[in-house]
Amino acid sequence: MGLFLTSIYISYSQNNQITSNVNDSTKTNMDAVYNRPFLNINKSPVAIGGYVEANTNYSTTDGINDGFHFQMRRFTLFFASSISNRIKFISEIEFEDGTKEINIENALVDIEFHPLLNLRSGILFNPIGAFNQNHDGPRWDFVDRPIVSTEIIPSTLSSVGMGLHGKYFAGRWIFAYEAYLTNGLSDKLISNELNRSSFAEAKHDEDRFESSFSGRPLMNGKIAIRNRKYGEIGISVLHGIYNKYLKDGTFIDQKRSASILALDFSTSVFNNHINIIGEFAKSYIDLPDNYLPNYGSQQFGFYTDISYTMLQKKIFNWENAKLNIGLRTDYVDFNLDKKPADNQKIGDYIWSFTPSIAFRPNGSTVLRLNYKHLRQTDFENNPASLTGILMFGLSSYF
Amino acid sequence: MKSNFTITCLCLFYIFTLFSCEKLFPEAPLADSVMDAPLDGLTELQNRIFLDGAEEFDEVYTQETGLGPIFVGASCASCHNADNRGTLSTILTRFGQIDSTGNKFMHLGGPQLQHFALPGYDVEKIPSGASSSKLIAPIISGTGFIELVPESDILAMSDPNDSNNDGISGTINWNQIPNWVKPNDNSITKDGKYICRFGRKAGTYNLHQQIVQAFNQDIGITTTFMPNNPINYLTGTNPAVDSDIDITDESLNATVFYTQVLQTPFQRNALDPEVIKGKEIFNSIQCSACHVEKLKTGFSVVDALSFKEFYPYSDLLLHDMGSELNDNYTEGSALTSEWRTAPLWGLGLAKDVQGGKYFLMHDGRARSIEEAILLHKGEGLNSSDKFKTLQDSEKNQLIKFLESL
Repeated sequence: MGLFLTSIYISYSQNNQITSNVNDSTKTNMDAVYNRPFLNINKSPVAIGGYVEANTNYSTTDGINDGFHFQMRRFTLFFASSISNRIKFISEIEFEDGTKEINIENALVDIEFHPLLNLRSGILFNPIGAFNQNHDGPRWDFVDRPIVSTEIIPSTLSSVGMGLHGKYFAGRWIFAYEAYLTNGLSDKLISNELNRSSFAEAKHDEDRFESSFSGRPLMNGKIAIRNRKYGEIGISVLHGIYNKYLKDGTFIDQKRSASILALDFSTSVFNNHINIIGEFAKSYIDLPDNYLPNYGSQQFGFYTDISYTMLQKKIFNWENAKLNIGLRTDYVDFNLDKKPADNQKIGDYIWSFTPSIAFRPNGSTVLRLNYKHLRQTDFENNPASLTGILMFGLSSYF
Repeated sequence: MKSNFTITCLCLFYIFTLFSCEKLFPEAPLADSVMDAPLDGLTELQNRIFLDGAEEFDEVYTQETGLGPIFVGASCASCHNADNRGTLSTILTRFGQIDSTGNKFMHLGGPQLQHFALPGYDVEKIPSGASSSKLIAPIISGTGFIELVPESDILAMSDPNDSNNDGISGTINWNQIPNWVKPNDNSITKDGKYICRFGRKAGTYNLHQQIVQAFNQDIGITTTFMPNNPINYLTGTNPAVDSDIDITDESLNATVFYTQVLQTPFQRNALDPEVIKGKEIFNSIQCSACHVEKLKTGFSVVDALSFKEFYPYSDLLLHDMGSELNDNYTEGSALTSEWRTAPLWGLGLAKDVQGGKYFLMHDGRARSIEEAILLHKGEGLNSSDKFKTLQDSEKNQLIKFLESL
């Protein structure tokens, strides 16, 4: 071939078996974009990488079986380059569900002036919660993404913009921040086929890479604190206008804002045998009066993952392979308002529990078996619809 | 090697257990507790059209797909949850007509109030001087059977002059129909008006008319039959409205077919002695004089609908319900105090779609079956008075029967 491949990790930990950077004492969730395996070809300045996610899906809702399916959820390519010692470029192109959705999720340049002062510009992941920046399939023991991190925090949310980020190290402690202005959300937040307020829909705007839907930027910031022994906690906020209120210099509506406040955490106990990670998010939406209360002006959700490493040893001749068991708990309430007719709480919420078994032959690959039990109520809080989903999946960096 | 073998066995056992344990997958609710299933006996082609119609029925419209600009709900299913009745959250308002001379507020947006609007548009308001009535969406299930009751049968049940002196008249809503509604062959007319049967006031002729109007007035969806969006006349400054046809005739017809071939609500616990006793009381206090238990369909090209007996507990006629239920609004030839006998089928399933509570009568004002019975005045007064004289155990038996429907 005349070529030989050298495997480099810009920054990647083989011990990073599940989620986030629990076991990497120098990284925070903000670093996830670089914390991946890459390959360099000879002396090429460009490193490439990626990951793939595929699974089976067998689901039944209230006795109605959806059949047995194979799903190719994601095929993602990374390209990275160290332009100079303190100038880096990284990008991520994702093919979802085959070629149903093709997105440039990430294409940014980082210029370091000081560890506390880095300029980032391009298409970037909005730092809201932890999952949005740290969503690569092979990191997780669960096939599905957390519900709160896809429905309230619309992962993966990436936008064109720029801003600053930095870190400060003090003994065992790491302080990190990110602050960006990016293009904003769209009015699909309330004009969508879900018939509810939906941030997941609001990220869809074909023109988002060339203009901000409202004409105003989205403000987004995060502060994270990490203790190398105990774990990490982050607080993030996102705020912007989601509707087109001005057209050709003429006001056609009043400005309507939407905000998300998120708290994320990750920790590891019992010598890294148990990893706990979670994310809480609450959203606030300024709705037209007549949309209340059918659409939620406030939403709330959380997830927690608990993963226990049962075995870590040579298995099937894979050195240092792992067998994990885990449990994810999901909760999302799409409408925290009350019905005016009887002042009762509106339903429209989801509970989900997902036990998991995951086998990790190495740090880059995971085989996972999940059973997801999901209870969803409607607006009126009628008896919940029940869904059971069995998934067996594979995800691997390459 | 031993540990690898153990791990493999454990994983295989886990996989096998998951796949073999049906309990992991939620069971279907009992057939008699749902309303959104198709009739038994449909052909495969009919099932396919039914499913196409179900998709249309459930579709949530957006501005891009034709919603509004002013509307009541974004989908059929948002008001008719699981083809059952609506709730106070999805209640609609009609206004502008007080007698058979017609709606005097059509030029101001009558007959229906669109109280939602897309961002940037104004919601409609009830014009000054117009009286109004709030209406909860009725059950969709079984309406295909109601549509096929021969007009001669409805006419035979009517007794406008109370010739049998039972205190119950029962009148037909003779109403004009839009020129795009195709009347049945041999349809009975009176002064150019037709026998109508759908809606709380029985002001609508058939399901095709009902659904075209609902698409337009409820969702702001245009069809070839009603090609203009509802407009907020009071503001007088609505931006230009895109009046392209929002859904095709094919989609419309599938939606109509979907409603026509939905199963009827089933009675539950019919053999329970308490229920049987309750039914006897129902008949003895003359509830059944209006809430007629059994009707029969006429001919239909759908075999599963043709010449079938069914049990709606309604005579499809108008009855004076007294001043308390007189909202000073009407449709067709109905008096403002007259309401079509509400079919009682599915009554016991109302709580399953109304958040565990009852919101009964046309506007949901009754929070229990007993309260609903006591609201029956006018032609229903005799029965509600008899209900008051029942012993508690008899009242409970009657309510148990009604909840079995």
